[in-house]
Amino acid sequence: MKLRRVRAIALKELLQTWRDPRSLMMALLVPVMQMLLLGYGVNLDIQHVPVCTLDEEGSFFSQALLKRFQASRYFELVEALKRPGDIAGAMDQGRCRLALVVPADFSRTIAQTSHGTLQAIVDATDDNSAALATAYANAVIAGFSANVQAVAMQRQGLPVQPPALVVQSRVWFNEDLESRNFIIPGVVALVLALVGAQLTSLTIAREWERGTMELLVSTPVTPMELLVGKLAPYFVIGLLDAGICLAFALVWFEVPFRGAFTTLLVTTSLFLVVVLSMGYLVSVTIRSQVGASQIALLLTVMPISLLSGYAFPIDQMPAPIQAITYAIYARYYVTILKAVFLKGSGLAALALPVLALVAYAIALAWLAARAFRKRIE
Amino acid sequence: MNAPAAAEIVVERLQKRFGRFVAVDEVSFEVGRGQILGFLGPNGAGKSTIIRILCGLLRPSAGSVRVDGIDVSRDPEAVRQRIGYMSQKFSLYADLTVAENLRFYGGIYGVRGAALGARLRHALDIAGLAGREQQLAGTLAGGWKQRLALGCAILHAPHILFLDEPTSGVDPLSRRRFWDLIHDLAAGGVSVIVSTHHMDEAEYCNRIALISQGRLIALGSPGELRRHALGGVLMRVEGHPLERLLERLRGFPATRDVAVFGNAVHVLLDAAAADDEAALRAFLAGQGVADVHVDRAEPSLEDVFVQLVGAQPREREAVR
Repeated sequence: MKLRRVRAIALKELLQTWRDPRSLMMALLVPVMQMLLLGYGVNLDIQHVPVCTLDEEGSFFSQALLKRFQASRYFELVEALKRPGDIAGAMDQGRCRLALVVPADFSRTIAQTSHGTLQAIVDATDDNSAALATAYANAVIAGFSANVQAVAMQRQGLPVQPPALVVQSRVWFNEDLESRNFIIPGVVALVLALVGAQLTSLTIAREWERGTMELLVSTPVTPMELLVGKLAPYFVIGLLDAGICLAFALVWFEVPFRGAFTTLLVTTSLFLVVVLSMGYLVSVTIRSQVGASQIALLLTVMPISLLSGYAFPIDQMPAPIQAITYAIYARYYVTILKAVFLKGSGLAALALPVLALVAYAIALAWLAARAFRKRIE
Repeated sequence: MNAPAAAEIVVERLQKRFGRFVAVDEVSFEVGRGQILGFLGPNGAGKSTIIRILCGLLRPSAGSVRVDGIDVSRDPEAVRQRIGYMSQKFSLYADLTVAENLRFYGGIYGVRGAALGARLRHALDIAGLAGREQQLAGTLAGGWKQRLALGCAILHAPHILFLDEPTSGVDPLSRRRFWDLIHDLAAGGVSVIVSTHHMDEAEYCNRIALISQGRLIALGSPGELRRHALGGVLMRVEGHPLERLLERLRGFPATRDVAVFGNAVHVLLDAAAADDEAALRAFLAGQGVADVHVDRAEPSLEDVFVQLVGAQPREREAVR
């Protein structure tokens, strides 16, 4: 392999990318757009669930309970309804997703029987957030209930007894339970695969389409020199994009980063070799820019967004689908990214996914190097 | 038609099939050092296919090709290092400048250091592109594009050049200049194969290979072809009306072919017929056609080409 030739090809490729507005946009603008779109768009948290209230009692006591909901960051009281018949309308129009009904005898029943009931109606169109909203509502009511009990005990001069068993749960790695912290590291994988495979899918197909391949093939350049020379500039662009994503994750979205940058650099380089080789392979095979870019899109965005586990946890998928995810190269990089960002894991702890990436990188680079034949037939 | 002693390109019984279609059929020829061999023939005759095989872009179906003593099938890379190639279609990077294109091919051929600077200036001089270094190649006019392509092809000072229709789509003045460049290179010892479908350009070549339907139908210097390739004697007959003249001439026993040529008729006669002019005049007089002017004509290459192609069988399918 002659370095001089590799350098000539790399420089030419860089100049062409620089002068092609579409490629340039793909290389520099898409990472920013994807980061913002997915960072804000894919949010599995529920916060500020709109709540309608129907306070049939209207006492100081019932209002105290509802104020507790207002104080929680998970809920927001948006409307006080007058009649039970209004609830269905408010839900249908999406004005609220949870309705709390305090019965007219709420305080009296509690005073007499020390048990009270209130009704919570939840919009379960989205079952996941409905379940979460119900759980949060229960927690708010339990807190209120414990408070009421304690006050009653004190009034009777009894010592306040804590509940017999308390689960002191402590959340590790994503303390705020922010789904954004969980998703954004994975978005890096999506961006790199998208941009890397898209740019390289054009690189050989463009030479065929424009007729420049005819002359290139007549020169002594070897397939290996062509591969390295063509991929080197995109490797640099890929690392640059990874830097942009990282900056967005850390500065803009304030995702915690607990790992080492070198771990990230090593694994990102491996991942780039995989996606760039894949794009190159597609480009060599398809020979048309439009076709190659479509295939590259199909090989990256679809499987990564659905099967890499970047937003949708793999262990919640049906067993056959889980089996398929092992074949998705991005799955390993997403695992690594999450561990490096949130747990601060090093290469040793990540040996398995790193080795899987190494295997993929070697296999695809080998296939890419063999794919190109210096013939025009 | 003798092969030169130090043949740089030796092609023996070359054949190329695409499926059942025979694109190149048993073609053999040699090119000596500093010679210009012209491939002359209509579009689709197989000229480009032969040149692509010589460059190692296509694999021959049968036969052998040796360039500078190297078998192209065995070691195409060694051949590629020694040749310069200019393809029929513009194959440089339209989105790179003149200088960037030249530097790219300089890098690909491993021209380095001070040599690179000198070669770049030489190529710019030859192509007449000095002062246009920063212009994007895609914005050059046709003739300039071709000269840049030639500049790139000779950047590494190859001593073998393959030029596939270098003057197609180029205005006559630029064509003339282009041929001057080719002659300069040949004078410097570069062996050139150049294809064209302009008959007039054939005269610029040392030797011509007439190619039609994948076959080599004649090979020789322009003079040799004009004199011998027809295998007969060409007569020019002037008279009126042309139609009747044409008809009567067909009846002459020694006539092999008749064609209208400008305001006269060209008749090809068997070479064996002695004293053709007198016999022909006597025959026409006997037919009641007097007041004609008959003399021997020097056949043009076009005559030769039309005659030889017309004599060729039409089928082109491979026989298994």
